[in-house]
Amino acid sequence: MERPLTQRIRPQADPMNLAEYEDTGGYEAARKAVQTMAPQDVQRLVTDSTLRGRGGAGFATGLKWSFVPMGLDAPRPKYLVANADEMEPGTFKDRLLLEGDPHQMVESMVVSAYAIQAEVGYIFLRSEYKRAARLLHKAIAEARSHGYLGRNLFGSDFSFDLHLHTSAGRYICGEETALLNSLEGKRAIPRSKPPYPQTAGLWGKPTVVQNVETLYNVPHIVRHGVEWYRGLGHGHEGGTKLYGVSGNVKRPGTWELPMGTTMRTILEEYAGGMCEGFSFRGLLPGGASTAFVTEEHLDLPMDFESLPRAGSRMGTGTMIVLDDRTCPVGFVRNLEHFFAQESCGWCTPCWEGLSWTERILEGLEEGRGRPEDLDLLTMHTRLIGPGRTFCALAPGAMDPLQSALKHFRADFERHIHERRCPWREQGATIGARR
Amino acid sequence: MLTDQEREEIEAELRRYPDKRAGCVEAMKVVQRHHGWVSDDSLKSLALLLGMTCEELEGVATFYNLIFRKPVGRHVILLCDSISCWIKGCDALRGHVTSRLGIAMGQTSADGRFTLLPIVCLGACDHAPVMMIDDDLHGDLTTEQIDHIVERYP
Repeated sequence: MERPLTQRIRPQADPMNLAEYEDTGGYEAARKAVQTMAPQDVQRLVTDSTLRGRGGAGFATGLKWSFVPMGLDAPRPKYLVANADEMEPGTFKDRLLLEGDPHQMVESMVVSAYAIQAEVGYIFLRSEYKRAARLLHKAIAEARSHGYLGRNLFGSDFSFDLHLHTSAGRYICGEETALLNSLEGKRAIPRSKPPYPQTAGLWGKPTVVQNVETLYNVPHIVRHGVEWYRGLGHGHEGGTKLYGVSGNVKRPGTWELPMGTTMRTILEEYAGGMCEGFSFRGLLPGGASTAFVTEEHLDLPMDFESLPRAGSRMGTGTMIVLDDRTCPVGFVRNLEHFFAQESCGWCTPCWEGLSWTERILEGLEEGRGRPEDLDLLTMHTRLIGPGRTFCALAPGAMDPLQSALKHFRADFERHIHERRCPWREQGATIGARR
Repeated sequence: MLTDQEREEIEAELRRYPDKRAGCVEAMKVVQRHHGWVSDDSLKSLALLLGMTCEELEGVATFYNLIFRKPVGRHVILLCDSISCWIKGCDALRGHVTSRLGIAMGQTSADGRFTLLPIVCLGACDHAPVMMIDDDLHGDLTTEQIDHIVERYP
């Protein structure tokens, strides 16, 4: 099984330096693109590969790039930004790539910047990824001193420089327009769209913001071609995907597998199944802002097209498992606490609605639940759902809640009837005590 | 007042942006590296240096949870309370740490050694529960391990 994205990663060792990276074919894609291909040809390859964004939304990468103005009269400079603000609860995939193979980040930026003819790149990294910051600084410096960043790359007239920006917290910075405001030194509140960043992004200039894992795919598509790339996946969607599992499973972790590997395979073969004494009840397929799926859905492939059939989304592809010794209401309360806290406060449905949602769930957990609370929660899932806010934070927050109300309704009702959290007295799991 | 050393480090950060304001977060982080937090005096000097009003810079400073506008201890403990760590028992760890250090979340110990703060998912969920102390990530935590780890930060 080929694992292009993680092939160079050596567990428990420092990542490859520039010489080692080049010995294993590194920077060949950058050289090939810049020396032998037109920018539009690189874009076409990415479009034909059907690569979709790995940050959660799954937007077609080639289509995103196609909106960038090209040609001599395009506004300049153009920017490429790597979204390395990995903060979606339960998501731990980009850290693996950044710490394991930082030169691939640099090369991915060079190739992608060439495709859209961007002159300047930023890697927007969350503050807490200290090791990644150190390694990226080193990789960027090495690349710059070898002439792989800077002016006239690979003897061409293409120039591109790359900078690392480390943030200072706040989940909302992962939203692409909030990220741009943050990079400009403002409060990170999302921008109204349109205009989209591809035409008016960083400092009003054309800008593409792309998740780390998405970018890591690009050099491999350029180097080995579309047919090879598409052949890596099962089913329609090509390539590989970083999948992860956390929760009470035997071997939590991250694995690069063919796109479209089933949830059951990932959960049972790679994560080793549930820990002794724990039974599976459901999972969030790709981070905190995806809807629960249950046992009946586990044979679905983990890809962008299949998860909607279970009323969910693939999101980031890193699953969070709910077991029978953890309270589903407490689980959702934890998520809504996160979303309420991380709301940037810009629009009312989000900052008001999320904190009320959290408060209702808190009441249920503490034995103050009333029968009408479930209708109130359901109403919230509609009123702060899609289309009512500037960005996807609040609608994303409602996905686990509405699906929990559907799949675990009896558990919510027990909280109300018994006037307590049924998991608290069992003392079976520390996680249920909050 | 900013020291020459701070100014030099800030100038280096600002070179990466076409606009001085864009470097304001990095500039505040430089100040924090030297003093642990951003005082009103530092904020005023920074605003002047960056061509921002104090209010604008304060608006940015207070938006980000890792810019500290109050003094913090010599070491900052960030205890993850997001979902994967919650499933794996971070509430019990929090109870243990707060009683051991004798402070609540958000407080600094009387000897100025530790400040204890909650943090969102640290992206190390395969090692839940996790925490950071200063720049170091610690995973697969138990109450016993936390006791040992904390000893390494005098």
